[in-house]
Amino acid sequence: MSSKDVILDRIRAALADGPSVPEIPRDYRRGPAEADLDLLVDRLVDYKAVVHRAGTIPDAIATIVSGSVVVPPGLPREWLPVGLEVLVDDGLSPERIAAADGVVTAAAVAVAETGTIVLDASPDQGRRIISLLPDLHICVLRADQVVASVPEAVARLDPTRPLTWISGPSATSDIELNRVEGVHGPRNLHVILTDGENH
Amino acid sequence: MSTFLGMPVRAPRGVGHLRGDQSFPAAAKEALGNSQLRRNLQHATTTIRGKSGRVIAELPDWQELRSAGSALKAYTMANLPLLLTQLEEKVTAAGGVVHWAADANEANQIVTDLVARTGEKRVIKVKSMATQEIGLNEALEAAGIAPVETDLAELIVQLGEDKPSHILVPAIHRNRAEIREIFLRAMPGVDPKLTDDPPVLAGAARRYLREIFMRTKVAVSGANFGIAETGTLAVVESEGNGRMCLTLPDTLITVMGIEKVVPAWADLEVFLQLLPRASTGERMNPYTSMWTGVTPGDGPQNFHLVLLDNGRTAVLADEVGRQALHCIRCSACLNVCPVYERTGGHAYGSVYPGPIGAVLSPQLTGVEDNASLPYASSLCGACFDACPVKIDIPSILVHLRNQAPHARTEAAVMAAAAYTMDHPRLYASAQRAAKLARIAGRRGRGLPPPLNGWSASRDLPSPPDETFRDWWRGR
Ligand code: SF4
Repeated sequence: MSSKDVILDRIRAALADGPSVPEIPRDYRRGPAEADLDLLVDRLVDYKAVVHRAGTIPDAIATIVSGSVVVPPGLPREWLPVGLEVLVDDGLSPERIAAADGVVTAAAVAVAETGTIVLDASPDQGRRIISLLPDLHICVLRADQVVASVPEAVARLDPTRPLTWISGPSATSDIELNRVEGVHGPRNLHVILTDGENH
Repeated sequence: MSTFLGMPVRAPRGVGHLRGDQSFPAAAKEALGNSQLRRNLQHATTTIRGKSGRVIAELPDWQELRSAGSALKAYTMANLPLLLTQLEEKVTAAGGVVHWAADANEANQIVTDLVARTGEKRVIKVKSMATQEIGLNEALEAAGIAPVETDLAELIVQLGEDKPSHILVPAIHRNRAEIREIFLRAMPGVDPKLTDDPPVLAGAARRYLREIFMRTKVAVSGANFGIAETGTLAVVESEGNGRMCLTLPDTLITVMGIEKVVPAWADLEVFLQLLPRASTGERMNPYTSMWTGVTPGDGPQNFHLVLLDNGRTAVLADEVGRQALHCIRCSACLNVCPVYERTGGHAYGSVYPGPIGAVLSPQLTGVEDNASLPYASSLCGACFDACPVKIDIPSILVHLRNQAPHARTEAAVMAAAAYTMDHPRLYASAQRAAKLARIAGRRGRGLPPPLNGWSASRDLPSPPDETFRDWWRGR
């Protein structure tokens, strides 16, 4: 008898009393509600992300980083200012990625209420490793990608893709419960919020 | 319960960390004598309660979310065979390999064999209660494989050759000066000029572990959720060590208790709101990773999921106790518990401390192996009120006390001590009596009844002005 059969038999025996199966009450807020961009900015800033709303995408990026940036293969090249060394990820080694001054990605969805950005590894976001190893992550977000709450974000996402939910830079509260920004992930998170037309 | 299928099978003895070396009252007595520990704990639990209360108050539908979470868990338990089979199918279809482990020994064997087959001698680990429960690190070490804990708190515990004391912040019992000393003593290549500034300490861990992340080919993780409908696994974390472990290695081995399965993708909308606010007191934790099997060209190309029983089916067989399996390991019940705040996590003897540990550990092992834990509570009810999935811990405690093979006197002493701790007036009068007893020259003989059977320490903290239950209700 396989362990699978052993465990499933044990479970069936344990449930022999026929526990009642409840209806799931879904009367919490599930949306849709209008996404409040100011709330998103407030939440992002509260968790120590830096938000840029004015000007063009290349201008914003130019103020944040100089040197080399890793970009996923599908990132619109017109987002990048002239003068940056651009490393397109065509299977870059972890060492190359870690040595870059930053990474620029798009995003899939953002949640205003929690200040969360979700990456789904689409061509403009790339492999998970590229947004992890550099110490600076610049994320370009369109206003129409922002939803009000977590249920709306879950509904928009495709679970078969690798997903990374990001709320502020890497942090720990393990030392006397003080939130310290920056352990292993990027210590600097910049979000460029656009209306989708100014690039 | 059907008897012809045999008795429920508990977590085996002699492996893992579900049983303490001493009973709760004996261990608690030691902890109560350590005033530094108590100060660290009190600071930590007070801070986290405040943070959590503030972000919970931001949600107008917190109670509706709790009700949905509670019902989802009950639904899951009632449909466990179907959901686990579905999860296995989906993970397999997405390129993963699913293993079933009836107990700790089998799980340790599966993981050790999988690592051995890669030929690697080191694995990186992201904090997982399940792998601590089964004693995986010891099993790996016995096979010549070095496990490296990458969660900052776990690293502090591992380098300090210590035991975790809290589900969420396992090094909650250590302050910054102690952490600095541990790093100076045990962290290879550490800067000897290290200060005890938290960002400096975190930076030291970043440097030390970065090298290890880049070079280690196998990772072991736990999982917060496994979605039956899609085969998606989720790990909720803060530091990014989870992302490192789930992204960089060639091989990923995830050990997940069978109760962690979630029916549908959409159900995450409930748990992703409940967990961070109840747990770290954040609107959302910094990072949550989700993956489904193997993604070509992105992340580990070999993925193994180990589904663990180890006594869980025995918990499921108890009509009252089975709701302990609903736990999402947020640790809110620890942070509101007046007994935990005084004794700390080590006193519970198991990897699961606090109120949830007092009901889960005895059920996983059989009550006879953790007989004093059901008494490690004042039944004040704060844990029930704080629990994001509404587990009625006090009712399970009472239920288990009836099963505990206990000497009547010990049981009475435990109950009286716990009760007194949550009832300021009685507590104060017991303390006054203690003072009188000392004046009367009984120094060294400990507290007068009803506290004397439980703690000989004279260094008890002053009683709270209100009970935790009142405090929690009044927020
Ligand atoms: S029992 Fe409830 S409050 Fe305690 S850790 Fe589990 S989910 Fe959290």
